[in-house]
Amino acid sequence: MQEFLQLVVSGISTGAIFASLALALVLIYNAMGLVNFAQGEMAMFATFIAYTLVNAGMSFWIAFPVTMVLAFGGGILIQRVVIRPVERAPVLTLVIITLGLATLVNGVAGFLWGYVPRSFASPFSPDSVDLGGVFISYRDLGVIAVSGLVLLAIYLLLQHTTVGLTLRAAAHHPEASRLLGVHVSWMLALGWGLASAVGAVSGMMVAPILLLEPNMMQTIIIYAFAAAVLGGIESPLGAVVGGLLVGVTVNLAGAYIPNAGDLQLAFGLGIIILVLILKPNGLFGRAATRRV
Amino acid sequence: MQRIRTAPPRYWLVLLVVIFFLGFPTVISSFLASEWAQALILAIAIMGLNILVGYSGQLSLGHGAFMAMGAYISAILAHRYKMDYLATVPIAAVVTGVVGFLFGIPSLRLSPLYLALATFALAVVTPSLIKRPADLTGGVQGILIVQPDPPQLASDVFGAVTGTAMTSDQWIYYITLACALILFWLAWNLARRRPGRAMRAIRDGEVAAAASGVNVAGFKTLAFGISAFYAGTAGSLFALSTGFISADTFPVSLSIQLLVGAVVGGLASIPGPLLGAIFAYFLPIGSNQWVPSQTWLPDQITSTVKNAGPAVSYGVILILIMMFAPNGMVGLIRSGYATLDRRLRGAPDPKTGQMPPDPQTV
Repeated sequence: MQEFLQLVVSGISTGAIFASLALALVLIYNAMGLVNFAQGEMAMFATFIAYTLVNAGMSFWIAFPVTMVLAFGGGILIQRVVIRPVERAPVLTLVIITLGLATLVNGVAGFLWGYVPRSFASPFSPDSVDLGGVFISYRDLGVIAVSGLVLLAIYLLLQHTTVGLTLRAAAHHPEASRLLGVHVSWMLALGWGLASAVGAVSGMMVAPILLLEPNMMQTIIIYAFAAAVLGGIESPLGAVVGGLLVGVTVNLAGAYIPNAGDLQLAFGLGIIILVLILKPNGLFGRAATRRV
Repeated sequence: MQRIRTAPPRYWLVLLVVIFFLGFPTVISSFLASEWAQALILAIAIMGLNILVGYSGQLSLGHGAFMAMGAYISAILAHRYKMDYLATVPIAAVVTGVVGFLFGIPSLRLSPLYLALATFALAVVTPSLIKRPADLTGGVQGILIVQPDPPQLASDVFGAVTGTAMTSDQWIYYITLACALILFWLAWNLARRRPGRAMRAIRDGEVAAAASGVNVAGFKTLAFGISAFYAGTAGSLFALSTGFISADTFPVSLSIQLLVGAVVGGLASIPGPLLGAIFAYFLPIGSNQWVPSQTWLPDQITSTVKNAGPAVSYGVILILIMMFAPNGMVGLIRSGYATLDRRLRGAPDPKTGQMPPDPQTV
């Protein structure tokens, strides 16, 4: 039982990382009906920036917000330069462009920092705390706390500020918002910026667990896809719940199914396929209606 | 005679290309022939992807997985059950095609976006799925494939032309060429006849296609099946040509490479996959050879550029082509040819009605 609880807590910790990246996917999906295949690579790039800052002598807790701001700017830049010219293109075109973006960002990171895996020091102490016989590491608690704070901040921003309101309005009813004087295109850029910043958090949280290298996020993005699909790809709350569920499931499956090491990633694929077949709208998504 | 004289110019172009590919290995080294065989194999797989993406409008980012399947079916049949490798190629193609067809049934319910997502996940998971039944697939150790010696007749003909004996690499090149010719011919016939028209109708408007009596579900799954059939053939030939396959032979970047080839060559065109394959195959090889030869680059940078160069250029090219030339190389050639033709004939621009400048007055 204790082992089970420990696994659940560390599952929640990895789940929080998946949730951040899944939320980034949902933000862009809501803004323009597109799954951003470059989200993971953008997060990886931001993590390399954080790594460089920390290596230059900056404390992690200063590098963290600085990286988020830089990632925010980078997201807006990408939207302005790459995505805006093709905003109205068919989904097929957009998906291929984000894939191109993923390949490009991956290559640029490899060019700048090389492909040798680097260790990224965790900002949290390696000790554990004993909660009634269940040992929980400070690292897991730290990841949960940081991700939770960021997700809460995004929730407050979206639901309780004017910016959040215009952002949601621009995403759901672009024409009506434009008539009311909302700069829809800039709101989409803002969506990209936010997604990029939230994604960066997942990168910085996962880098101490994995090793930092250009392909670091390739597996994480699959879990984030699974989380977003499970939660319903348009629901921010769904992304968070989906992320936690995927994290716990994968962690438990990895521990209790013998020799599951390699197959953990396949659980991500399995979740995606099962959800798409059984409940394509996910747990929190609205049923898709199509105008004919 | 009449028919030959009135044949449209593109038939002559096709004939020239075929003669070129037939004669090419007699003037290049055996090693280069094996590289070109791999480019042709890529062309077959890209043609499969092109039928799915270009003609039927369904996006798959996981065609590397179908290639892996074809490769492993052939390799296991030949290695474990001692079958003649060439006999396993059609088996691999058909089995992969059936699996693709079955895969197409659940994907009918998915939006293009979800389909892209699911197939991408499949491509990422493929290497670890291959590792699992390790006694069957050889896991990370992989499977060695014995490359066949050329038959006497082919060897004699080749020897008569070039004066040197035919190597197995050259023989594999010709096997690949034969498969590519048959499959491109099939695709060409498919594209211009009823199934091709039905698929394009579905791509351009599912509801309208259904209203016109097209069996939407049937043709969408059929496109998946045919596409997987091509990928399976390509995978099987790929294993034969490299002589060794393991879990890491089919990384997610292979699926990306296929997509790059399809997009760069030109979606929904028959020559597109060939051009795209040559581009996607030789770009990394070319940059690997060109970059180290640049002596002014410091050593450290050389190795980085070698590793990161293909990814950067693939990414930039994918984005630029989708933005500015969505019909790829074939589209560029066609529009360039049309402009040239119009200028030569002095015909007006079809869009604006503007006459070209008169060379006499300018």
